[in-house]
Amino acid sequence: MLVKSIVTLAVAATVLSSFMAQADERYRPVDDKVVIEECGACHMAFQPQMLPKKSWIKIMDGLSNHFGEDASLDEKAVSHIKKYHVEHAADSGWKDGKFMRGLSDSSAPLRITETPYWVREHRKEVPDWAWNDPTVKSKANCIACHKRGNQGDYDDD
Amino acid sequence: MSTFSIVSGRRLLIAAVFAACFVSGPAVAGMLQDTIARYTAEVTSADKGFTGFSAERGRMLFFSRPATGKPDTPSCTSCHSDSPVTVGQTRAGKEIAPMALSRTPDRYTESKKLAKWFRRNCKSVLGRVCTAMEKGDFLTFMATQ
Ligand code: HEC
Ligand code: HEC
Ligand code: HEC
Repeated sequence: MLVKSIVTLAVAATVLSSFMAQADERYRPVDDKVVIEECGACHMAFQPQMLPKKSWIKIMDGLSNHFGEDASLDEKAVSHIKKYHVEHAADSGWKDGKFMRGLSDSSAPLRITETPYWVREHRKEVPDWAWNDPTVKSKANCIACHKRGNQGDYDDD
Repeated sequence: MSTFSIVSGRRLLIAAVFAACFVSGPAVAGMLQDTIARYTAEVTSADKGFTGFSAERGRMLFFSRPATGKPDTPSCTSCHSDSPVTVGQTRAGKEIAPMALSRTPDRYTESKKLAKWFRRNCKSVLGRVCTAMEKGDFLTFMATQ
């Protein structure tokens, strides 16, 4: 009886940890039509797992001056999109996502490309000339380098 | 005899439905005409002497650099490229299909989308919303490109 439940527990733990390892590799693709349409018009719709809740709230409250542009939306769309981002943010799960690494509780960066995790991953791997390629144009143009970025897959070379 | 004519009548109907599905060109142009008619009504209500939109004024709006809006977006051409028939690029590097109706035939058909982008882009470039006159001129220009 005891042996049996220990075995069950061990199996469950193995299944759970392999599932977690897999979940850690990828970012859940954005699956909300409004978010894809409205936040994917000028750049790819970034996965909410790449910034904390506080950042998304700030971004959604400041759309009329969004990185130097007017990206304003009606109130209904704003609250729908805000809810989606907050629910799937880097600090929304029971365990913080990779993008929380090195971020203090109080910080709310507006850019994914200014988070310590993103900076570290790119500093060691991307040569300076790659950023100056005119087809890349911006650090925020993730899919210029990560062809499967829209599917949440950034593990390519 | 009567069965035959019913069958062929139905064939004709099916053919007509198919034709309607494929001939979408005039339907699209029709929607743009509706939009232009709405702007016309708006302009005329304030200006009785209005004589119609001008593709030339639309061209000037597209190519001008008013620089009265946000510093990073001095002109429509900042994102829509220097020509209505070529692909543009957002500041974040994403491609924008050409603005000329001849190149991107499904443009200017969704009134909500149209209103949203006129509002945003005019605020970014001019620092204010565009007037119905400016919007009508712009669409008239793009319809002729
Ligand atoms: C009108 C165009 C436009 C729309 C619509 C838009 N953005 Fe942006 N966004 C930009 C621009 C421009 C930048 C800055 C790009 C740069 O600096 O290279 C940006 C940058 C960002 C960044 C930071 C990227 C980085 O550098 O890490 C985030 C996050 C972001 N946007 C989120 C959103 C969200 C969420 C929405 C939907 C509500 C949205 N954007 C809709 C134009 C837009
Ligand atoms: C100029 C090319 C370039 C751009 C633009 C770029 N990256 Fe990367 N990124 C790389 C390279 C190269 C690596 C390291 C190799 C790898 O693992 O893919 C990397 C690594 C990563 C990783 C770690 C991958 C892993 O192994 O888990 C993430 C996550 C990531 N990038 C996200 C982004 C996001 C989000 C954006 C846009 C905001 C972006 N990148 C923009 C080139 C780029
Ligand atoms: C900051 C970049 C940017 C600037 C500057 C800009 N636009 Fe746009 N515009 C866009 C993007 C992105 C879209 C949406 C993508 C698309 O429709 O292909 C768009 C769409 C539009 C649309 C909607 C098209 C449709 O199919 O319904 C109109 C109209 C428009 N722009 C007019 C203008 C005018 C007029 C100006 C100058 C006053 C201007 N834009 C300046 C980026 C810009």
